[in-house]
Amino acid sequence: MKILVCMKQVPQKDAPLKLNESGTWIREDVSYEVNEPDAYALEEALRQREKHKGEVVVITSGPARAQQVLREALAKGADRAIHLEDEKFVGLDAFNTAKAIAAAIKDEPFDLIFTGLQSDDYGYAQTGVILAELLGWPHATIIMQIEKTDAGIRVKRELEAGYFQFVDMPLPAVLTIQSGINKLRYATLIGIKQAKNKPLRKVTLAEVGGAIGNNLQKIERLYVPQKTKKTEYIEGPAGEVAKKLVDKLRNELRVL
Amino acid sequence: MPETILVVVEQREGKLNRVSWETIAAGQAIAGATGWPLEAAVVGTNAPSISPEVAGKKLAKVYAIESRKLDAYTPDAFAAGLKQFLATKQPKLVLMPHTYQVRDFVPKLATAMGRSVVSDCIGFKHESGKLLFTRQMFQGKLAADVSFAGDAPWFVTFQNGAFRADKAEAGASAAAVETVKVEIAEGVVRNQPQEVFKEAKQAVDLTQAEIIVAVGRGIKEQKNILIAKQLADALGGDLAASRPICDSGWLPMDRQIGSSGQTVAPKLYLALGISGAIQHIVGMKGSRAIVAVNKDSEAPIFEIADYAVVGNLFDIVPPLIEEVKKAKAGDSHG
Ligand SMILES: Cc1cc2nc3c(=O)[nH]c(=O)nc-3n(C[C@H](O)[C@H](O)[C@H](O)COP(=O)(O)OP(=O)(O)OC[C@H]3O[C@@H](n4cnc5c(N)ncnc54)[C@H](O)[C@@H]3O)c2cc1C
Repeated sequence: MKILVCMKQVPQKDAPLKLNESGTWIREDVSYEVNEPDAYALEEALRQREKHKGEVVVITSGPARAQQVLREALAKGADRAIHLEDEKFVGLDAFNTAKAIAAAIKDEPFDLIFTGLQSDDYGYAQTGVILAELLGWPHATIIMQIEKTDAGIRVKRELEAGYFQFVDMPLPAVLTIQSGINKLRYATLIGIKQAKNKPLRKVTLAEVGGAIGNNLQKIERLYVPQKTKKTEYIEGPAGEVAKKLVDKLRNELRVL
Repeated sequence: MPETILVVVEQREGKLNRVSWETIAAGQAIAGATGWPLEAAVVGTNAPSISPEVAGKKLAKVYAIESRKLDAYTPDAFAAGLKQFLATKQPKLVLMPHTYQVRDFVPKLATAMGRSVVSDCIGFKHESGKLLFTRQMFQGKLAADVSFAGDAPWFVTFQNGAFRADKAEAGASAAAVETVKVEIAEGVVRNQPQEVFKEAKQAVDLTQAEIIVAVGRGIKEQKNILIAKQLADALGGDLAASRPICDSGWLPMDRQIGSSGQTVAPKLYLALGISGAIQHIVGMKGSRAIVAVNKDSEAPIFEIADYAVVGNLFDIVPPLIEEVKKAKAGDSHG
């Protein structure tokens, strides 16, 4: 099986975020990491390749710094990488990002494309599904298990509140992968060494620019959400905080 | 054609989910601000039986969209059926609840029409004639006001709990219901969905728990769960967790709180090292009191906390266990 994994670099979970001057995006001087569900998508692709042979290709769209995500994926075992490299890729909406990816892979016959189910920055939860529609492929989202069958694949979709559903589908297909589908591996030293010699194809904005149109939606402003609930902050040294909390639990909440 | 708003509600086995009623309330609020008429659509075989209930709300019209191909949900059938309907109706705005099902097909539907979706919104603004939709970014740390730059129909999905279902106004009289048959050709539907099921029986029922101590990724390592367990024991409560803790196998799945886990409403929910992502919050925001301990003063969990402790949980929890024990033992004063 030939599998493409779409991966994205996002600000680190614990990174404090600052707004840019125009209040439309964050200041980019934060630390970044791979979008968590994308890491699970990569792991799943590697496991499928281990079972069924084939190739795992990783792709990202983003500025030069995003190459780190591809390097890590190659170190974990991906065979090669594609980098849609330009600052401008960061500001594309999901529709255009999917179009750029579709244009970058138009000559490659993949059996499966995996994406994470959503990104930790925008959280649109759309790019994978849009990509499927652009390619004319079937898709399934929030996937927790993938089995190859004679006719294609059988996937396990997560539904709300602890429910699941199996879906049979033909290939090629796009799947959006949920965190927790598998256990992530670490890159080995050998893997990190080998990654240096693996192919990484760069694609410029100009090469896919013809496929991209104007964004269909626009972030007018970005801001820190206003608190609506009255919250009482309990402060002081730890021992004192503990005493005050117990007092609240006992006398205000009456649970002690 | 006049500008209209269409709410597409979601049903399962003949019942609307609550977030569908919330989305009707959202539609009514937008209709109030813009003056655009509000209509609703029910999709699937049960559409005729649910439509009357929907038609009782303050709506200009209700459409029951039918096809045998819509019996079982598939993204192919839903996108094809709705595309056909929307192409003739041409509403300005199409609103849907941000459910697992909607997020599975709405990006496909919009793409097939060359349109886009502003997904998972928590509100809207109508500023000098311009509609803006508010959505969370960066896992709730920031919010964005987003406008549409392309042609209508504009697709918007609303987050669970963004509007109140009981704010959905009833109409003075029932809205007219029109049945619309859509044609979905053979071969359009490629996925074959099987029955929906629940994983092996849950061993733990947290829905009746009065006190819950929940741990998140801030607990750092599996062995540290012990201090949360000690705190839960001291309080006479149950231990629960955010999803990453269960994904890692540090606690069993049936202790997971949130949209893909249990929904709880204890008297006390004590969140240790949980950031407060919406998928967690939907499972516990009904708690009578929420106490959050987090080292990041901007963690979204503090937005819904009644009592907040900004600090390192490893400093706070050990003395807290001692104080709780003292209070319980002395039971006069500790
Ligand atoms: C479709 C879908 C369904 C989902 N379903 C669920 C669900 O049912 N339940 C669920 O929980 N999540 C669910 N999620 C995942 C959710 O989006 C979040 O990723 C998850 O809730 C984050 O868990 P967390 O808060 O433990 O981790 P993080 O977001 O990593 O937060 C860890 C927090 O710990 C704090 N911290 C770190 N160290 C310390 C310390 N020493 N002392 C104090 N604080 C510290 C940090 O400041 C941070 O705020 C779902 C996601 C999707 C997309």
